Amino acid sequence: MTSTSVEPKTSPPEPERHWKDFFGFSTDHKVIGIQYFVTSFFFYLLAGLMATGMRIELATPDPDFLGAENYNGVLTLHGTMMIFLWIVPTGAAFANYLIPLMIGAKDMAFPVLNGLAFWLVPPGGVLLLTSLVIDQPPVAGWTSYPPLSLISGEVGEMMWILSVLLLGTSSILGGINFVTTIFKMRIKEMSLYDMPLFCWSMLATSLLILVSTPVLAGALILLSFDLIAGTAFFNPTGGGDPIVYQHMFWFYSHPAVYIMILPVFGLISDILPVHSRKPIFGYKAIAYSSIAIAFLGNIVWAHHMFTSGTPGWLRVFFMAATMIIAVPTGIKVFSWVATVWGGKLRLNSAMLFAIGFVSMFLIGGLSGVMVASVPFDIHVHDTYFIVAHFHYVLFGGSVFGIFAGIYHWFPKMVGRMMNETWGKVHFVLTFIGFNLAFFPMHILGLQGMPRRVVQYDPAFTTLNQVCTVGSLILAVSTLPFLVNAAWSWFKGPIAGANPWNALTLEWQTSSPPIIENFEEEPVLWSGPYDYGVDREQDDDKSVSELLAEVKAQM
Amino acid sequence: MKLPTSITTLIAGILVTLISLWYGQHHGWMPEAASREAPLVDDLFNMMMTIATALFLLIQGALVIAIFRFRQKPGDNTDGPPLEGDIGLEIVWTAIPVVIVMVLSIYSFEVYNEMGGLDPAASRDPGPQKTAVVPGTAMAATLPGQDKIALGVGASPKQQGNNAMVNVDVLGLQYAWIFTYPDSGVVSGELHVPAGQDVKLNIVAQDVIHAVWIPQFRLKQDAIPGRDTQLRFKPEVTGTYPLICAELCGAYHGAMRTQVIVHTPDEYDEWLQSQIAAKEHGDGLTVAQIMANNDNRLARQTEDWNISPEAIAALHEMPQGMPQGTLHEMHQHL
Ligand code: HEM
Ligand SMILES: [Cu+2]
Ligand SMILES: [Cu+2]
Repeated sequence: MTSTSVEPKTSPPEPERHWKDFFGFSTDHKVIGIQYFVTSFFFYLLAGLMATGMRIELATPDPDFLGAENYNGVLTLHGTMMIFLWIVPTGAAFANYLIPLMIGAKDMAFPVLNGLAFWLVPPGGVLLLTSLVIDQPPVAGWTSYPPLSLISGEVGEMMWILSVLLLGTSSILGGINFVTTIFKMRIKEMSLYDMPLFCWSMLATSLLILVSTPVLAGALILLSFDLIAGTAFFNPTGGGDPIVYQHMFWFYSHPAVYIMILPVFGLISDILPVHSRKPIFGYKAIAYSSIAIAFLGNIVWAHHMFTSGTPGWLRVFFMAATMIIAVPTGIKVFSWVATVWGGKLRLNSAMLFAIGFVSMFLIGGLSGVMVASVPFDIHVHDTYFIVAHFHYVLFGGSVFGIFAGIYHWFPKMVGRMMNETWGKVHFVLTFIGFNLAFFPMHILGLQGMPRRVVQYDPAFTTLNQVCTVGSLILAVSTLPFLVNAAWSWFKGPIAGANPWNALTLEWQTSSPPIIENFEEEPVLWSGPYDYGVDREQDDDKSVSELLAEVKAQM
Repeated sequence: MKLPTSITTLIAGILVTLISLWYGQHHGWMPEAASREAPLVDDLFNMMMTIATALFLLIQGALVIAIFRFRQKPGDNTDGPPLEGDIGLEIVWTAIPVVIVMVLSIYSFEVYNEMGGLDPAASRDPGPQKTAVVPGTAMAATLPGQDKIALGVGASPKQQGNNAMVNVDVLGLQYAWIFTYPDSGVVSGELHVPAGQDVKLNIVAQDVIHAVWIPQFRLKQDAIPGRDTQLRFKPEVTGTYPLICAELCGAYHGAMRTQVIVHTPDEYDEWLQSQIAAKEHGDGLTVAQIMANNDNRLARQTEDWNISPEAIAALHEMPQGMPQGTLHEMHQHL
């Protein structure tokens, strides 16, 4: 049983679509997915530029490049944009593009809602950037703790709140859509356990979004009342409690880190088996661990507050709850290693980024268990150790995974292959730059450098300069990717329907897929990861027989 | 000669163990340990480093070996073995993290308790207190008549119920720390403490959240407007250490730092007596003077970056509205 789609010779099949479709209100999940990709990548570049600016500033102990006043504005925008305009929307980009294809559906459950969810993102981003343009950026950090956020520039703060509210609304609308699509739109034969693991991880992510994002909205609305209407929910001068804001904020924003990272876990679980030519190791363990992480992710928020107004016994409770997350996360990491082990690895760009993801996330995870420990966290809270930790998780763990995903699915989305040599150059530069930029930050934090400072003890100059060099390499590393993506989009070799010889459904239709995805409803002829099963010889056996045979071998 | 897998695994295991045990103790990443609490945290961290190094070597090692050993041979387009799972393995690698995090949780709990984190007088939350802006000043203060249990790190189990030997009121405000010694009314812009004695900081914030961090003591506590927090510890090694604001508090957050000076008890007494004497002669520091000194310091630090001293002075209205007494008098005043 081989794929029978006709491979075109000169150009990928064109779905009847016009370039203008990408600039308007579309209801096609694939168009929306690409809109999300391009938009969020644009903000990634801007936020990365800001990061480079911050690192150049930090090359010397004195505030001599951006200056003290601007630094906090740039810092706040960098953090906010990386989270709400890059990682979260990129998760939505992959989910939009892939989920209907992976489950054999024609589109999302609510196509119009889907378009709407996307079109909340650009205004959110533009609003944030406008605050910078009119020179009134928010300066209280991406956490925007009161009372600082209440006394430092009403205009910028209000723009920040509105922007985050728009982006949060967008992600709630997306979440509703993904859950419904996953439950209602699968082809008939596909049980939940036949879904690619990315669908499981998006299910967990969406549930998390639905539970936690409204609380953030609540916190921000109350904060805006304090800011412009003189109420005192969080303002201590009027009897309000700034700690309540922290609880509400982290009730969303801790789960938010899983909202950012779970989709990437899913991508990785789908990429590793294809290029290792082996089934994913422990399908159910990976699927359930996503759900477990989503659940546990909701009960650990106060570990961000170990040194603020958190009673002692509560700190201990949150420490234990936080540490337990290491268990489902560990299960995933071990399963990925076991998937790779003994395979026949194709070390292409997608695979390099995927393995790089596992390595870097490993470091972020290990430092994560450390900071879960209350007495240790008391020392490192709000220091560069934390900056190192969350960049290992969010850059190492998310951006590496996202790039793996882009290299892997680019041929599907565009119909052409990306250039492997430039992909590898991109990987090597990213890997070196990333580790140089962020590893020394662990030591800086332990030694006594607090975070969010534009000015630091000259004793820390050398390590900071290493970080700055690393971040410049990182900045340069995006260039080969950009050139590669742009060139391959129009000139890359034709990909064909299934260039990786993968088994999930999205590879069973043309690349790029036609408007309603499949010529006719696809049949499930294989499990998502049945690599190594000799399908050719067993042509006469039915899929279920084959599957039973594989299961029996276990 | 080719060694059987079991032997290579054994050798690798021993190597990983030895390297981790060694590196866990010799990473050299922590700064000097100068308080009773610091070695407790360091031992815990060393153990976490040992475990982390071992896990890193194992997992990263497996990945690196896989990259070299299992890469596709040119021309080989077949698939790998269809291994989908292994209940035994999955149980083992669920059990390993479970055991590790249990051990770490219990150990952390012990350290936290030993540091005084569970002292009932310090670890209960009485809820927010209303801060009021005292007329004529920008000084926020706690309204009287409220429960004054503080949050934070309290006395070690052995000291619980005993009063600390040295009490210091700490006020954090943009962008300075002000220390008042309530027993004598001495005010200072630096924290002076005697080695080997139990010290308690009573921390309040005037405007926004700040955080007291003394890296060499491994201790940190937020200063929260509307709440009392405390930090109790025992400095052990004489010397001068940084005391840093660790919570973003505005544009000059990075400049909000001062020093902790750990004296021998005799030196400490001398210092205190000299301060008391100066105060009696009327040339002891007042809060307003400390603020002015601090503004000068900020101005000095900022003169290269085109910010006028007026701009800095305007950051807070403290000096104008400030009563000309000491912080402690104000505390009593309220
Ligand atoms: C492109 C490479 C990047 C560099 C060089 C970089 C650098 C930095 C620096 C220097 C800071 C400020 C640290 C401080 O002053 O406390 C920072 C903060 C931050 N970064 Fe990045 N970063 C990068 C990418 C990312 C990515 C991919 C994410 C995640 C999605 C991210 C999320 C954040 C967040 C959330 C903050 C905290 C902002 C705050 O404290 O309010 N960064 N980054
Ligand atoms: Cu401060
Ligand atoms: Cu500060």
